[in-house]
Formats: sequence, structure tokens, C-alpha cells
Amino acid sequence: MTALALDHLCKSFGGLSVTRDITLAVEPGERRLIIGPNGAGKTTLFNLITGELAPDSGSIRLFDRDITRMPSDRRPHLGMARTYQIITLFPKDTILRNVMLALLGLSPLRWNPLRDLDHQHELVAHARAALDRVGLGHIADRPLSQTSYGEQRRVEIAMALAQCPKLLLLDEPFAGLSIDERQDVRRLLQGIPRDVTVVMIEHNMDVALEFAERVTLLHFGEVIVEGTRAEVVANPRTREVYLGE
Amino acid sequence: MSRWVRYGAAAVALLLLVTLPSWIGNPYYINIASQVLLFAVFALALNILVGYAGLVSLGHAGLLAVAGYTAALLLQAGYGHFLADSGAIVVTLAASAIFAVLALRATGIGFLMITLALGQIIWGIAYRWASLTNGDNGVNVATRPAPFGISLSNAPSFYFFTLVVFLLALASMAMFVRSPFGASLAGTRDQARRMNALGYNVWLIRFLAMMVSGFWTGVAGLLFIYYNQFISPQVAALTTSAEVLLMVIAGGTATLFGPIAGAAIVVIMKNVVSAYIERWNLVLGIIFVLIISFMPEGLVPGSARLARWAWQGLRARFNGADAARPVEERGP
Repeated sequence: MTALALDHLCKSFGGLSVTRDITLAVEPGERRLIIGPNGAGKTTLFNLITGELAPDSGSIRLFDRDITRMPSDRRPHLGMARTYQIITLFPKDTILRNVMLALLGLSPLRWNPLRDLDHQHELVAHARAALDRVGLGHIADRPLSQTSYGEQRRVEIAMALAQCPKLLLLDEPFAGLSIDERQDVRRLLQGIPRDVTVVMIEHNMDVALEFAERVTLLHFGEVIVEGTRAEVVANPRTREVYLGE
Repeated sequence: MSRWVRYGAAAVALLLLVTLPSWIGNPYYINIASQVLLFAVFALALNILVGYAGLVSLGHAGLLAVAGYTAALLLQAGYGHFLADSGAIVVTLAASAIFAVLALRATGIGFLMITLALGQIIWGIAYRWASLTNGDNGVNVATRPAPFGISLSNAPSFYFFTLVVFLLALASMAMFVRSPFGASLAGTRDQARRMNALGYNVWLIRFLAMMVSGFWTGVAGLLFIYYNQFISPQVAALTTSAEVLLMVIAGGTATLFGPIAGAAIVVIMKNVVSAYIERWNLVLGIIFVLIISFMPEGLVPGSARLARWAWQGLRARFNGADAARPVEERGP
């Protein structure tokens, strides 16, 4: 069984091919890094996997289930969670409320117009526990707009983790962070349990390489190199397209 | 502490509303109070979309008219009040569903333009399909209902009836905005994309919000025809949609009491000030300009901000004076 299998996936916008015949298999529990220069089609690939974009051809399977045509809002219910490169949170709400929304998204309670959300003690306790796990418990009641960029990055990841996903898609979790903040996020990612499969996009190879077991290099929408960390770094094509030598 | 202040204020407001006919006396002004309450129900209904869903509709007068015309025509055809009113609500919900399916293809300006067009279609039907709607002459509503045998024919009794409906609408709205579904809806307003990625069906959430809004718009439409005992195409006109939207924006979107304050301002301007000043529209316009300039968030949240600011200023002055005195002179 593979956690995520892409089969001959293609997507183009007008004449511009952004995903060209990508075939990819990620094993359960694997940590996969997808790298590539700007415009390589990394985020588009994520948007195809999550269903925000529909592929022109090819198929996507999640734990051997074909989800190519499944509406994007159904996919989280099968254990897929993602974070965004550009922080996409609810700035007017508290951190706790942000995580509560993540939990509510998978609960039938989200349709209930008659109860008081703040009195759903089980949900609130769940959200607090999820924040404690990522070391944000002490600022749970702070409005998101009063938190630092690094903390917001961690809230992004905390929201995805709160949903207990089987497949976690991280879109540049280190983008824009200071060196200290990177350490926080790195510790957070290292603490993700092994039953979660992680696929991470990262532009910056230094911070991400140590995290990954296997690496896929994209360039102009194509898989150029794929293999273990050492294999990809040693590959001359990696140096050619990515390291600029 | 602040919770008790709030409960106290709510109790006082409720007491004032319940005793209003006895201290106003004059039926003319009691009728204006009824109008404020029925437009408040309408504005609360629109606020679900404008405030909590972030969808600005300019076609809500159309839905109000659908409810009003359906009930008026059914009554004219000889059906009883219960059947006519239930029929009107069902037809309004169906119209809301059509509005939703067509308009929810877009958000923002696109949504606004589609709802505007749909509202104009309903106005066109009311105005031009004379064999059904009696065109410009409108439809008369001969009697008001008599719930539990209580006649609503005089001003105070109709006021109390409207007050009960208004309080029901307000209570259901207060429950709605605090509920998990209310949180889901506000989430689709703030970050639709993220909500989708968290497993929410954004389209369906917005559709249901339009149905809830349509339901209370229908209720307001029924209050409207029973109040006026008459309906004409003017109700469905764009100016009605714009007026109720102004109530919501001026009072404060996404607040519980903003639409009520907005309804009060517009209705009072229209009826009371117009008796003294011929160009009352000008006065209304100036009031709106002042609100938008000094309280862009709306009258209710704006006043709350000013009150907080004044309170803090007073306290700082008091504490400052206290701190400036030598320690031994300070109070305990």
C-alpha cells in the first residue's frame, strides 16, 4: 500500500504546462521532500493533491483509494491535511479558536446552529491539548493578530496536526522564519508521530534536507531526480538545475 | 461585572420595549415603533449574509416582496391566514434557494450584481405581470390575523405582536452567531480557501445561510403586509434593498444590535423628521456620511469604542490624580 500515489498527472494553464506527467509514490510513514526552483510547479502539485485544482489527466490515490475527482472539502475527512506557504489563518480570532475551527471541520457538529460553540467542552479541551503538544498552550487565548510570524507558522502546523491526519502536506513551513524560529518549527516537525506520512515542499534545501528521507526534485513541472537524500544531492542534474553550478 | 451590566441593560431595554405603548400613548408613534421592529427583523435577516457570510445582497427587497405578495394573493383568493402565511414562507424559501443557486456562483461584486438583477426581475414581475399582481395598483390585505383569538387591529396590539416576532428573531440570531454553524459561516467569510481545506463544504454553508436569511426576510415580509394591509411593486424596488443594506452598514455589520439601531434611524428619519423637514433625505444622507466618517465600523460598535475610550480617559485621569498625591494622603 502506498500513502500517496500520483500517476501520470498533468496540468496546464492555457499554453503553460505546470505539471508534466508526474508519477510519484510515497510510502506510509515516509518523510518526502519536494524541492525545485521558483516556478517549478511545487505548490500547483499540492493544489492538485488537495483538489483545489483539477488535473487535466492522470490520477491521484490516497491509501489506494482513487480521489482524483473527489471534491476538495471531502479529502480532509479521509485524513489529508495541508498548510499554506502564505499564512492563511483567522486573524480576528484567538489561537484557540483557530484550532477549534480545524477540529470542527471534521466534526458533524459544524452544522449545528443551536448550541454554544464555547460550551463544547470536549472540543475546547481537544484544541488546548493540540496546542500544548506544539508548545503554544500558554498563548492559546491570545488573538492571532497579536502573535509573531513564527508563532503563526506553528499555528498553521498545529491546525493541520489537530486533525490527526494520515497524510500531511507542508508548503514551505520554514518560509520567512528567523534562525531561532526555524529551530522551533524543526523540533515541531521532528515530533510528528511516525504514523503520519509527511510531504514537504521547501525552497531552501539546507533547512529541509535533514528532515527528508527521500527527495524529489521538480523543474518546469517535471520530476528531474528522485531518490534518497544522498543520491539527489550527489546527482549532477541537481547541481545543474538547483544549485546553479 | 460587565456581564451583569449587560444583563441589566438588556432587562431595562426589554422593560422599555414592553411598556412602550403606555408611555408613548399616541397610536401614530406606536405604529412607527412597530415599523422599526419589523424593519429590524428584515435588517437582522440581511445581516446574516452581509455581516456573517460576507455576501452583500442587493436583492433582498425581492424576497421580502415574494413573501408579501404570496400571502396577500393567497388571502385574496380566500385562504386563511395560517395557510397563506405558511405558503408565503415556503415560496420565499424556494425563491431564496433559486437566488442562492444563481448568486453563489460568485462572491463579492459578482454576488452583489446577481442579487441586484434577481431583485429587479421580481420587481418587474410585480410591476408588469398585472393579471397576477394587479400591477401598479397593488394588492389589499383585508384583515390582520388574530392569533389565539387576540385581535391585532389596533396599534398597541399589533406592536406587541411585532415585538414578540422581533424578540424571537433576535434570540435565534444570538444563538446562531454563537453556534458551531455560525463559526463555520464566519470562517467562510474570513478564509474560504482554508475552510475548504479544513473539510468544510463552503458552498453548502453559504447556501444554508441564504436560506436562514430568506426565512427571516419572509417573516419580515409578512409583518410588512399585515402592518400596511397593502402591498405594491414599490416594496420590491431597488431603493428598499438599498435602504435595508444601509440599515445594516450604518448600524454595524456582524453585530447583533447594529441592524436594529440602523432600522431605528432610517424609519424614524423617514416618518418623524420628514414631518418637520421637507428634505429629510438630505438629513439622512448627512447622518450616514457622519457615521461612515467617524464610525466606519457602524454606529453600535463605534459608540462602544467611544464609550470605552471615554471611560479609560476618565479612569486614567482619576488614577493619575491619585498617583500624584503623596502616599499617606491616598485613599485605601
